[in-house]
This record gives sequence, C-alpha cells and structure tokens, in this order.
Amino acid sequence: MKNKLIRLAKPLTFIACLILLWQILYWLKIWPKWLFPSPADVWLTLVKGFANHTFIWGILISLKRIFIGFGVSIIIGTLLGFLIAKIKLLRETVDPIILGLQTLPSICWLPLALLWFGLNEKAIIFVVLMGTVLSLTISVKGAVLNIPPILINAGKMLGADGLNLYRYILIPAILPSYLTGLKHGWSFAWRSLMSGEMLFISVGLGQLLMFGRELNDMAQVMAVMLVIIVIGVIFDQLIFGKIEKNLRAKWGL
Amino acid sequence: MKLQINNINKSFAGSNNGQSAVEALKNVNLTVAEGEFVCLVGPSGCGKSTLLNIIAGLTAASSGQIDCSGRLGFMFQEPTLFPWLKVKDNIGFGLKILKRSKEKINEVVDYFLELTHLSNFKEAYPHELSGGMKQRVALARTLALKPDILLMDEPFAALDAQTREMLYKELQEIWQFSKKTVIFVTHNVREAVVLGDRVLVFTARPGQIKKEFKINLPRPRDINDIEVTKISNAINQELKTEVAEAVKELEHYEK
Repeated sequence: MKNKLIRLAKPLTFIACLILLWQILYWLKIWPKWLFPSPADVWLTLVKGFANHTFIWGILISLKRIFIGFGVSIIIGTLLGFLIAKIKLLRETVDPIILGLQTLPSICWLPLALLWFGLNEKAIIFVVLMGTVLSLTISVKGAVLNIPPILINAGKMLGADGLNLYRYILIPAILPSYLTGLKHGWSFAWRSLMSGEMLFISVGLGQLLMFGRELNDMAQVMAVMLVIIVIGVIFDQLIFGKIEKNLRAKWGL
Repeated sequence: MKLQINNINKSFAGSNNGQSAVEALKNVNLTVAEGEFVCLVGPSGCGKSTLLNIIAGLTAASSGQIDCSGRLGFMFQEPTLFPWLKVKDNIGFGLKILKRSKEKINEVVDYFLELTHLSNFKEAYPHELSGGMKQRVALARTLALKPDILLMDEPFAALDAQTREMLYKELQEIWQFSKKTVIFVTHNVREAVVLGDRVLVFTARPGQIKKEFKINLPRPRDINDIEVTKISNAINQELKTEVAEAVKELEHYEK
C-alpha cells in the first residue's frame, strides 16, 4: 500500500502542477473566459453533470454501444482471423481486401450505415464494428501465423489434434498477442464510437461534447473530454494493461 | 515395440528459381528391435531429422513404408515447453488430453518429476528454468504418456557440456529400467557411442545408411571412457568423408 502511494506520488504531483499552470494561465486572462475556463469551472460542470445524471446516462449509453460493437467484433474478428490464417485460399483472396479496408477510417462507414440502417443505434454500432473488426482480424491472423510450428508439432506428438489442438495449443499460444490486439481493438472502437456520436444525433458522450460546443460552453467541452480520457485510461491501463502485464510475467516475456 | 522402416525415400520440391528437387533420403531400410537404443549420426543436412519426422508422421515420405504399432513419443532439439503451463501441467499435458482423472494425472506427474529431479520446480513456469531443466521437463512430458518408442532429435545439442553429461547418465538410467525403444539423432559421435546399442552412420545427402557399429560396452557408460573414445574415433573416420562431401555440396549451392 505504501509502495503504491510512493509510486503514484510522481504522476500525481505532475498533474497537480499542470492544474496549477492552468489556473495561472486563467488568472493572466490571456484568452476570454468563455474560451478558457478555470479548473474550478470545469470541476463544477463535472459535478453538475453527474448530479443531474446527464453525464451518467451519457457514459452508460456510450459504454453499452461500445460493449455491443466491441463484443461482436471480438467474435467475428477472432473467427475470421483463425480462418484466414488456416485456409490458404482465404489468405490469397480475403486477406488483401481486409488490409485495404483497414486503411479506411471507420467514420467513413457512417454515411453508408445511415442509409442502410437509418438514424438509429444499429448505424452507430455498425461504425464501431467496422472500426474494430478488421484490426482484430489482422492481429489474430498474425498471431496464429506466428505460432512456432515446432510448438504445434509438440502438441500433435502429445496427442492434441483437431479441436484439441485449437483448445490446448493454438488459442493459449496466441494469448499475449491476442490481448495486445484486443487492447488496440478497444481503442479503435472507442475512437470510432466518439466520432460517430459527434456526427450523429444521439445521446452519449460524443453528443454531450457537441452540446458543449453548440452552447459555447467550453467548461462542458473540457469536462466531457476529461470523462472520455478517464474511461479510456481505466480500460486501457487498468483492465487490458493489467491482464496483459500478468500474462507477460507468467510467460516471462 | 518393434519398428520396421522399408525403402523410405524423400525428396523436397525444388525452389522456384529452377532448382531441381532435393533428394533428402534414399532407400533407407532399418529394423529396430524392442528395447533397443539406436543412434543415427551423419553430416548436417543428411536427412536424419527428416527420417525421424517421417517415423513420427509429421512429414510424409515420398515412398516407402513404416511398420510400427506402438505409441510414439518425440523429443525435439528445442524443449518446446508450453510457456503458458506450469512444469507440472506441461508434464501432464498428454494425459489431460486423454481425459485421465485428476488424481491419476497428479500421480504420474509426481512420479516423473521425481525421476527427472524436478520436484522442487513443479509450480514453476518454463521461463524460470535453465536449458537443462527445460529438456528434463520435455523428457518427463514425453515419458508421461508411456510411449513404446521414443524418438529424440538432437535433444541435448543446445546444452552445455556439464549438463549434457549429467543427462547422459540420467537418460541411460531411465532407459535401462523402462526398456523403451529409442531412436536418437545426433551429430555428436561420442554422444551416440555413450548412449546407443547401435550407431548408424548416414551418408551426405541424399541420406543413406552407410555403416553400422554395434556398441558392446557395459553400462552406464561415461563419455570420457577410453573405449568410448576408441569407437568414436573409428566412427569419426567413417564420417569424415561424408562431412567433406556435405561441405562440397554446400559450396556448390553458394555458387
């Protein structure tokens, strides 16, 4: 516990310094107040947003969308990645197309999604899906192809074949790179969701951000940005980061 | 379990730049008696590892046939332990796939941990072990399935001399009381003489069995024993010409 506090002391002090700098800039009145709110203004907006539940709803709705979009991406991406890695015909046909599509920024799928699904949840989840599934497919494919063949042979000689080979060798063998892929996938999903929500009339964090802009309420813009950052850090570092770190320690990577 | 190898031929398809197919093995015939320890030596690239892979069913032969009905165990040059499993789970891997009960697996695993002097490392992960310990786990993992025939592909090549000597002793002890049939591939002639009942010398590519040496020395044998040295020298003489042949071929490839 004490060690943890010491470890956290440096970054926390640094953040405190940043806030102090922010406050000083505010006192210097370089920019008008409505363009450059004080830390206290942003804090009050945060408190107000959570008190009247608009932020809470925004967070829940955004999280619901990302869980659905990311969840479906995991299933499709993992299956597709394995199929492409294992079937040569797919590697020669589907693989180049996936690599090409991956270069398309996910928000470019929004017009298509709006026409296909209309102004509803499905459209935005589709954008999240398209932003995530290809990167997951590519990372699973790479991970499967990178399994040392000798490890697979060792598994075969110990009696693992067919589905057992997948269950006991291939899937555990790709776990470290799979987790890295999931982490990237999550950040792709998060980015896609935010850009989708900002362009598209919907409740959610992205729209709260745009509300701030429309009302010329810079404190709200910054407050929502902080919320988005905090959620990103929680998932990226605390959830994916922790699992990845434990796994890597176990493997000795 | 007896093993019979009849007229095995293997050639690999040539590469795209117009090279012809490479003949790796030519008319290999070999009969291994039950409980026999046979060592294959030969210049690198002579196809001895390929032969082992064919026996194991990991590579298909171009022609010929293998008669053997027993369960095979394979030990690779690298330890190939599964990094996500603890030592005990690596050893119990094959039994788990056979869906043996937990108690049975624990019993077998404990037995082989003791046999390979690894009991203290039961809960360790592979990356925490030294090279020699990893190979011992790999041996225990292979033995845990009670194979009738043990195929070993230069399993000690990557280890230091001291560890190797210790493992020669351990392997001989284990082999003497378990009486497994072993086919052991190596490029180290002394190693072959210490371990084998018979040492077969392969020619340079395409690999053929050139000569056979019966080793009638009492066991356990020591690598520094004078008799071992004598026989090794005789085999080395035989090998020299083949190694020279292999080197010539390599030079030819570079051009």
